[in-house]
Amino acid sequence: MALSGGADRGSHSMDKSITLPPDEIFRNLENAKRFAIDIGGSLTKLAYYSTVQHKVAKVRSFDHSAKVSLQETDGDPLYEISVQEEITARLHFIKFENAYIETCLDFIKDHLVNTETKVIKATGGGAHKFKDLIEKKLKLKVDKEDEMTCLIKGCNFVLKNIPHEAFVYAKHADSEFRFQNTHPDIFPYLLINIGSGVSIVKVESEDKFERIGGSSIGGGTFWGLGALLTKTKRFDELLQLASKGQHTNVDMLVKDIYGGAYGSLGLTGDLIASSFGKSATTDKEFSKEDMAKSLLHMISNDIGQLACLYAKLHNLTRVYFGGFFIRGHPVTMHTITYSINFFTKGEVQALFLRHEGYLGAIGAFLKGAEEDNPNQYSWGENYAGSSGLMSVSPELNPVQRARSGTFDMLEMDRLERQLVNLPLLQDPTSYIPDTVDLTEDALSRDYWLFCFEDALDGVVKRAVASQKDQPKAVERAEKFRQKYCHKLQTLRHQPFAYGSLTVRSLLDTREHCLNEFNFPDPYSKIKQKENDMALKYYLKVVKSVEELSWEQRQFTLVKGLLAGNVFDWGAKAVSDVLESDPDFGFEQAKQQLQERPWLVDAYNQWIERMKGPPHKCALFFVDNSGIDIILGVFPFIRELLIRGTEVVLASNSSPALNDVTNSELQILTERIAAMDPVIQAALKEDRLALVQNGSSSPCLDLSRLDKVLATVVRERGTDLVIIEGMGRAIHTNYYAMFSCESLKLAVIKNSWLAERLGGKIFSVVFKYEVPPKS
Amino acid sequence: MELNGFNCDGEGCAEEQEEESTALKLPRSKTDTTCSIIATPGADSAAAGGSAPKEQRMSKSTPAMLRLDSLKKNRPPFPWFGMDIGGTLVKLVYFEPKDITAEEEQEEVESLKSIRHYLTSHTAYGKTGIRDVHLELTDLSLWGRKGSLHFIRFPTHELPTFIQMGRDKHFSSLHTTLCATGGGAFKYEENFRTMANLQLLKLDELDCLVKGVLYIDSVVSSGLSECYYFEHPTEPDRCEQKAYNLENPYPLLLVNIGSGVSILAVYSKDNYKRVTGTSLGGGTFLGLCCLLTGCSTFEEALAMATEGESTRVDKLVRDIYGGDYERFGLPGWAVASSFGNMICKEKRDSVSKEDLARATLITITNNIGSITRMCALNENIERVVFVGNFLRVNTLSMKLLAYALDYWSKGQLKALFLRHEGYFGAVGALLELTNPS
Repeated sequence: MALSGGADRGSHSMDKSITLPPDEIFRNLENAKRFAIDIGGSLTKLAYYSTVQHKVAKVRSFDHSAKVSLQETDGDPLYEISVQEEITARLHFIKFENAYIETCLDFIKDHLVNTETKVIKATGGGAHKFKDLIEKKLKLKVDKEDEMTCLIKGCNFVLKNIPHEAFVYAKHADSEFRFQNTHPDIFPYLLINIGSGVSIVKVESEDKFERIGGSSIGGGTFWGLGALLTKTKRFDELLQLASKGQHTNVDMLVKDIYGGAYGSLGLTGDLIASSFGKSATTDKEFSKEDMAKSLLHMISNDIGQLACLYAKLHNLTRVYFGGFFIRGHPVTMHTITYSINFFTKGEVQALFLRHEGYLGAIGAFLKGAEEDNPNQYSWGENYAGSSGLMSVSPELNPVQRARSGTFDMLEMDRLERQLVNLPLLQDPTSYIPDTVDLTEDALSRDYWLFCFEDALDGVVKRAVASQKDQPKAVERAEKFRQKYCHKLQTLRHQPFAYGSLTVRSLLDTREHCLNEFNFPDPYSKIKQKENDMALKYYLKVVKSVEELSWEQRQFTLVKGLLAGNVFDWGAKAVSDVLESDPDFGFEQAKQQLQERPWLVDAYNQWIERMKGPPHKCALFFVDNSGIDIILGVFPFIRELLIRGTEVVLASNSSPALNDVTNSELQILTERIAAMDPVIQAALKEDRLALVQNGSSSPCLDLSRLDKVLATVVRERGTDLVIIEGMGRAIHTNYYAMFSCESLKLAVIKNSWLAERLGGKIFSVVFKYEVPPKS
Repeated sequence: MELNGFNCDGEGCAEEQEEESTALKLPRSKTDTTCSIIATPGADSAAAGGSAPKEQRMSKSTPAMLRLDSLKKNRPPFPWFGMDIGGTLVKLVYFEPKDITAEEEQEEVESLKSIRHYLTSHTAYGKTGIRDVHLELTDLSLWGRKGSLHFIRFPTHELPTFIQMGRDKHFSSLHTTLCATGGGAFKYEENFRTMANLQLLKLDELDCLVKGVLYIDSVVSSGLSECYYFEHPTEPDRCEQKAYNLENPYPLLLVNIGSGVSILAVYSKDNYKRVTGTSLGGGTFLGLCCLLTGCSTFEEALAMATEGESTRVDKLVRDIYGGDYERFGLPGWAVASSFGNMICKEKRDSVSKEDLARATLITITNNIGSITRMCALNENIERVVFVGNFLRVNTLSMKLLAYALDYWSKGQLKALFLRHEGYFGAVGALLELTNPS
């Protein structure tokens, strides 16, 4: 977009001015392949595919062959933990000013060691201009791809893979960005690309799209006419001028003609009746600012109006805006939003995209990587390696503005499995995983940001302790601290950087940063120790429960489930206790629990239900290792199994805090089965299934679950969903509605949150819901 | 004579003005009597509203006679004016009775007479007032009188002079209703009252517009057709203006291009809705031209546009793709980015004022065409009538609209134009003269 002329002239002098170490930017170049480049008027976007080697924690059962009884293994750990290298695929996208292009190409050439890549996919208006340079420097053949095709491919990709990709812009709201939940089916939609002209594209499926219209009045008109009218050459400067101007000095408003509103038509006096109308009838000088503002309104309104007319004609309500005219500029996002609201009376919302600038590069990359079938996988944004959304109000945040002049990054990790919706959601289109959106709730935001910062020391300590024997653990842990601290700082200033800010995203960002510095599982040893210990008490707990009357038993089992959930290293209040009092146990935890009536108490309804016929199949999203899973969850599902209900235990695919992972759960279940014939039989008869949920988060997004889990749930006719723990049932899914019965239970282990919910620390939430009969 | 207002900065008119002001002092009641005496209705009576005049002509039954009687009684006193005060221009229509009997002539108050003489004997009033002689409708019957309808315009910023004149000449004593529409009827109502003691009958501009269009189309049957279109609009060599018979006009998309643009869907005589509008209209064309070229009138801007070459200013599809963008069926000659070449300094330095004026005209016209086409599709209407003063002497825009509509709709849409372009609001206002407010 911005002046190619100026950028060219500056390229040599600016080469030297790169201050960021480029290896922090062009990461994992050693194994890079499948390059793609999108060169716009002022910004270049480079994309490549690489593999990342990183450490993963694995657990392996000792003594697989020998059937040893529990007593004999006393004192030895149940399983061994090992850290292994794993290779995962990662997409890198880097955005930088065209001025840096030569330096960047040199850097890439020097670091590109063993690539078999022969071509580089190129798109964007500047692609032909830099063709020779790229071919000379990289020795890669430039293969041009159609701009629009790349744009659409990129758009589909981000909409499918990045939750909260799209947002609504509201200039005067508490948070300028309101992120939209991605609809399970992203099609059909309208993409309005505002480059020098405007293209209006209807996208109906992955491969089917059509340019249904366009307009010649676009970004080039604003820039060209603006330059003529104001003698200001740069696009950005024109926007600056516009943001300071008063269009009412140049435009003829309805009130200039009517003296007020045109009431019978509902046209208010402030509406523009004729753009630049005053300059036709008044013989005076107009300020540059006013003219720029008038021009901006004229063009934005015109585009908005056409967009609405096309949306109406094709009956589409999802309308995304992109192109250099929009690209992160709050001024244009505001005027376009205003125009859309005006012309559709709110029926259509103007949607913008967090990664709009990358669409072309992503699309070009995907074109080149078709043989890798990138679209068959699910991808996830790596928060640790992505810069996040640029600042909105440059004047509010000069630091961010400075950064936008350098480099911006997006990294997408290929997930091991395809993620889909939980089939039991009542309405997948309206499902929002997170209970509180911290971008909108400033009070909560401050609290949680503080909370995560406060807990950072503990996490660093835990990380180091988990890898005492590993090289550079202290150094890496320190790097982790810096990175996460920086992320928290960024989020304090730009809560919208990675979409909606939530407790979940804060937790996930922490996990990503830990992984980044090769701390795949800081709690592995704690989990191991606690699992060992809890197993010893399993039979005792089961026996004591069996002796009780039915009513008593049900209550004890529920209480056990809740008490088990107290053991959560993710909660600072608990981890403090656990650190200082190693003897704190199951019974003590039960003492801590709130007496009935609980904060949310649907126990009576649950018991009434339990007196009825058994459920067909229960899906249980489990939480912590140790006492929680072994002494809380297992006795509880044991009762369900005895009643004749099948049970699916869904656990995390990869570690997060002290949450039990699927591989750990496999071992634990085997052990328990060895002691307990009920579990043994259930496993053997496939009435008890262990399935991974596809997540590595302490929270739970039911719209992104392992496809296998979804299949199992469907095949078994699941009619009960149980979600346990603060992360999965309070921070997320508290308001989730299911098409079957559901039980959400948690102990609130945070006094601030408890207070907010109207209770005290260790308050109990026991929410049993039955879907309305249809 | 109040139109002398335009003459106020002219030099030779002081004498004339003085004469007239004495004439205005004639008693009002006399005017009334005069009017009621004149009573020879023409054959085409009661054409107001433009509905079914034929039926009335054929039936000589008692009800029709009664209607004539009541017409005489309700016939408004002269002078008959309709005014449309827009954002840029004031449009005035004046009915000149030509069937004045000698007796009437005698009775006619001096002021009325001089208004008539002044308006009909000049074609320009002051520096900026103009009578569009070529549009004059002669031999017209209105409310039982035969005469000519005159079409006059002057810039809205001259309106204070006009009102001032009305006061100086005691126009209020003529006891006529001044029917006015357009935004200015509301904005300047107070000025008319306080400055000239004139009470305006304010009328909705779109009501008037629709009424005016339907009326004019119904009364113009002989001579030059009111409605026309361009045959072969996509072939410049064969493109030719042709008469169009708008006998059964509904549904109709009516696009009024004044300072801004209003788009109406008209389904019947009294059923229409405003579909949308755009602020990119005639005012934008002129405003931008003034800023870009330093010109100051529509005529100047248009003259420059006629000389210019917009392809130096605009970026065309072929400038980007080297030819057609076949993937999307975009021809190379289509404008990809209006003013898109102007982002580059060398090109800014190399274009002429004429080029800029031309590009501005093309940009605004194409945009109106594009929005119109979308509205026509959304409303499912195939006939589009363009009116408004932006099209005055602007064949360039009309041909472009005809072309654009035909090309992009693959011949589905027809662009129609009306000779009286900008005067329909004023005509509609005049027709309200018989309606008690």
